[in-house]
Amino acid sequence: MLVKVQKVSKVFMGSRVLDNVDLTVERGDRIAMMGPNGAGKTTLVRAILGFYHIDSGVISVNGYDPVKQRVDVLKNISFIPQLPPPVKLSLEELLLYVERSSGVSRAKIFEESNRMDLDLKKHISKPFFKLSGGMKQKLLIAIALSKKSDLLIFDEPTANLDPKGREKFYELLGEIDVSCSTLFITHRLDEIEGLVNRKIYMDLGKVVEDEKV
Amino acid sequence: MKNIFLVAYLDIKESLRSKWFYVYSVVFGGLMALFFITGVSDSVVMGFTGLSRMLLIFIQVTIIILPIFILITTVKSISGDRESNVLEYMLSFPVALKDYYWGKMLGRFLTVFMPVFLALLLGVVFGLFKGGELPWRMVFLYSTLLFSLSFVFLGLAFFLSTLVKSTDIALGSSFVVWIAMLAFIDIALMGLMLQNRMNDGLIIVLAMLNPIEVFRIGAISLFDPELTVIGPVAYYLLDTLGATLLMVYAIIYPIIMGAILAYLGYIAFRKKDLL
Repeated sequence: MLVKVQKVSKVFMGSRVLDNVDLTVERGDRIAMMGPNGAGKTTLVRAILGFYHIDSGVISVNGYDPVKQRVDVLKNISFIPQLPPPVKLSLEELLLYVERSSGVSRAKIFEESNRMDLDLKKHISKPFFKLSGGMKQKLLIAIALSKKSDLLIFDEPTANLDPKGREKFYELLGEIDVSCSTLFITHRLDEIEGLVNRKIYMDLGKVVEDEKV
Repeated sequence: MKNIFLVAYLDIKESLRSKWFYVYSVVFGGLMALFFITGVSDSVVMGFTGLSRMLLIFIQVTIIILPIFILITTVKSISGDRESNVLEYMLSFPVALKDYYWGKMLGRFLTVFMPVFLALLLGVVFGLFKGGELPWRMVFLYSTLLFSLSFVFLGLAFFLSTLVKSTDIALGSSFVVWIAMLAFIDIALMGLMLQNRMNDGLIIVLAMLNPIEVFRIGAISLFDPELTVIGPVAYYLLDTLGATLLMVYAIIYPIIMGAILAYLGYIAFRKKDLL
């Protein structure tokens, strides 16, 4: 079992954002996670990534605690946030950070970028935040796909992509190793329907529906 | 551990490109140049002239602006990254929190200390060029005091940066801390003494706990060993501790204080939600 979430609750300023959540992610699961705004989807993902200290319950990723053993947990997870952050590092520096911290080869990132129609060489000395929204998102996707991970987490990954970019992205996702799991937070199920084998619906901090497709 | 240097290196690269770093460097380098252009080093005030006079003025300016510069530019480092979701992305890679936090602090320390230190060296070089004598001991001790002052305010900035979640609150609280410390180097201390409501010992303790006052006393004792120019508290401390112990205290205390604050910031960074 890759991810095990047991009876997890998280309260922010008196509001129960995660309410006794139980969830498991097995190898090869391709999950679409849906739900209205404020349902707890992003909070759950952030808790799995070790950003939040949960109030009760247990989370383990490959047997590791995301808060206490974050390095072991994050070695095997790739993450793309909802909006590309305004990182001030140049692309050269960002790639250095990814290379050294995660052991990802630069050549692989260049290769994946090319497949996303992003010419990295041309922009290599530019600060990341000065790229267009679509280019930022393409680079984050290229980095995530270059990292050898057991689990890829995408929080609305195609929000900034044009139709061609989306098509390319879905094409690349189709090539991901079958043993690798993916978790999409999305509001557009129709776009990824062919790429998922499980749908999870969250509302009011709970998993209200979990079905295999 | 290897990631500490990676994070420090990237923070330095990022700082070197940012506007605050240019303003900061121009302010300190420009001040030194201004002192020479305006002939400060040739004037005589209260017996100080030449390089000593110029360094004394540099100290007076440093006491006021170095702490607030460090606080304003650094207090946003963690809280700003948190607010803009940069922290969410950068920490989604397998980097230990200790490497990230201490790496940021190491990188930021070098970028805040080097411009002031280089401005000091610039002043010394100009002074020598004009035919003055090189006061080695003074330059060495003053560099060490600058190191201590930079370190304590960097520790304070990182502490505030991890403790509060919003950049606005972090900036506001750093401004309040700076004003309070500045007030307690003179006006508030004198006020308390004049009111005569407080024990003298307490006033001395307040002065000794204030890193700006400690820096001021230590730095000015280099120029005026009798400390006659800065008032009764400094004079009392000199009389009680002696010149050497006073200097050791002025160097060591801010470093210890800065280390404690930085460590408390690290604990908050580790124990609280990162986002």
